[in-house]
Amino acid sequence: MTTIDYIMIVLSALLLVIAFLAVSEKKLIKSVIFLSAVSMLSVVAFVVMKAPDVALTEAVIGSGLVTALFVFTLLSIKKEEAK
Amino acid sequence: MIQYAAILLMMIGLYGLLTNRNVIKIIVSLNILEIGLNIFIISIGFVYDGIAPILTSTNNSSALIFVDPLPQALVLTAIVIGVGTTALGLAFVKNIYSKYNTLEIDEVEEV
Amino acid sequence: MKKLLGFILTIGLGLLIIFALEGNALFDDFGYANLDDRVSSHYITKGSDVDIIFGETVDPESGPANIVTSIVVDYRSFDTLGEVTVLFISALGVSLLLGSAVTQKRLSLDFKPNFMLRVASRALFGIIIMTGVYVTLHGHLTPGGGFPGGTMIASAMLLLYLADDQFRAKIKGFKILEGVAGSLYVVIGLLGLVVGTYFLQNFLPNGTVGDLLSSGIIPIIYILIGLKVGSEISGVIDNFLTEEEKQ
Repeated sequence: MTTIDYIMIVLSALLLVIAFLAVSEKKLIKSVIFLSAVSMLSVVAFVVMKAPDVALTEAVIGSGLVTALFVFTLLSIKKEEAK
Repeated sequence: MIQYAAILLMMIGLYGLLTNRNVIKIIVSLNILEIGLNIFIISIGFVYDGIAPILTSTNNSSALIFVDPLPQALVLTAIVIGVGTTALGLAFVKNIYSKYNTLEIDEVEEV
Repeated sequence: MKKLLGFILTIGLGLLIIFALEGNALFDDFGYANLDDRVSSHYITKGSDVDIIFGETVDPESGPANIVTSIVVDYRSFDTLGEVTVLFISALGVSLLLGSAVTQKRLSLDFKPNFMLRVASRALFGIIIMTGVYVTLHGHLTPGGGFPGGTMIASAMLLLYLADDQFRAKIKGFKILEGVAGSLYVVIGLLGLVVGTYFLQNFLPNGTVGDLLSSGIIPIIYILIGLKVGSEISGVIDNFLTEEEKQ
């Protein structure tokens, strides 16, 4: 088993645990943060599999854009609920 | 090993898509499904001693062993389309909340 | 009951996929992919019998040193046109759903950002824009290209929106820029039809592999894609953070 195989096993375990937590969590903001963590771990998987283009695109989109859109939606829902 | 994890990730996303009732959790599960799919597609093209498919001044010949570049081009398109889908879905969620005042799809009834 | 049914369905589907691919003669083992059976060997050798050397080969079949760029913008350029169309449709849908009021103002929340945050984020804005422009321009030599570069430019606008709660960009200019950049992509494709033989043909000379000014129309197309994606996603962020102004 080479070094890449050890890294893959650790990454797979972390990915599956955090994805299951994201799907089964009751509070919405925790689910969104777990989704952001799964996206970051998938960037590590892309770099280990020698795909720099894909890793760069997923890093910028997953961390900056999708999480920001989710948080803005949750903020405006909380504001309407308080009214 | 990563291929089994990618298929399991797709199944976790599909399970969340089928059983959740909150609309935002449905969109989160859709994103997890897409991340699992992208990891699986790139794992098809991996070669154990390959290098990244870019010609540089150190890897300067096209006779070296490269990783397959075609799945990476397909996944590049798939990631951007996933962003478009998520943005449109979240715009729908905002309008659903301001009209029906709930986020569960069981309680949205015909007006 | 619904959870049990969903669980059984997903387990069944997962086992079906794993058993269909395990031991299949057409599906290579992980890490032992044979590139000579696939069409990717033509993309790597660029269709020539001589090896492509970085900095020496003049006028290959497709110019970029980044092989993924040569697939996305040269060999399969029509798929990228479809992707740009899908992004355009989703941004159009968001602006129709959320931006249909006549006058709009920023979403007013309970907390106000700090003064230091408002001033210091302007310095960071220039650095992020410069990184985005660099990644877009060097799409044919380094990893990156139009899509991550455009999203980095949109991240810089997101930083300004987050740091100041009265800031609104000029959305009309962004929408004009998005429309012009998208149409120019189709116009360049039609120029390939007029000057050469097929839609989206690379009609400028290819140059040396590895130079900045090489590979024909590919840097031009990536600049257009970067501008289009950047202004589109800035428009989406503005639509999410504004609300109707009640008189």
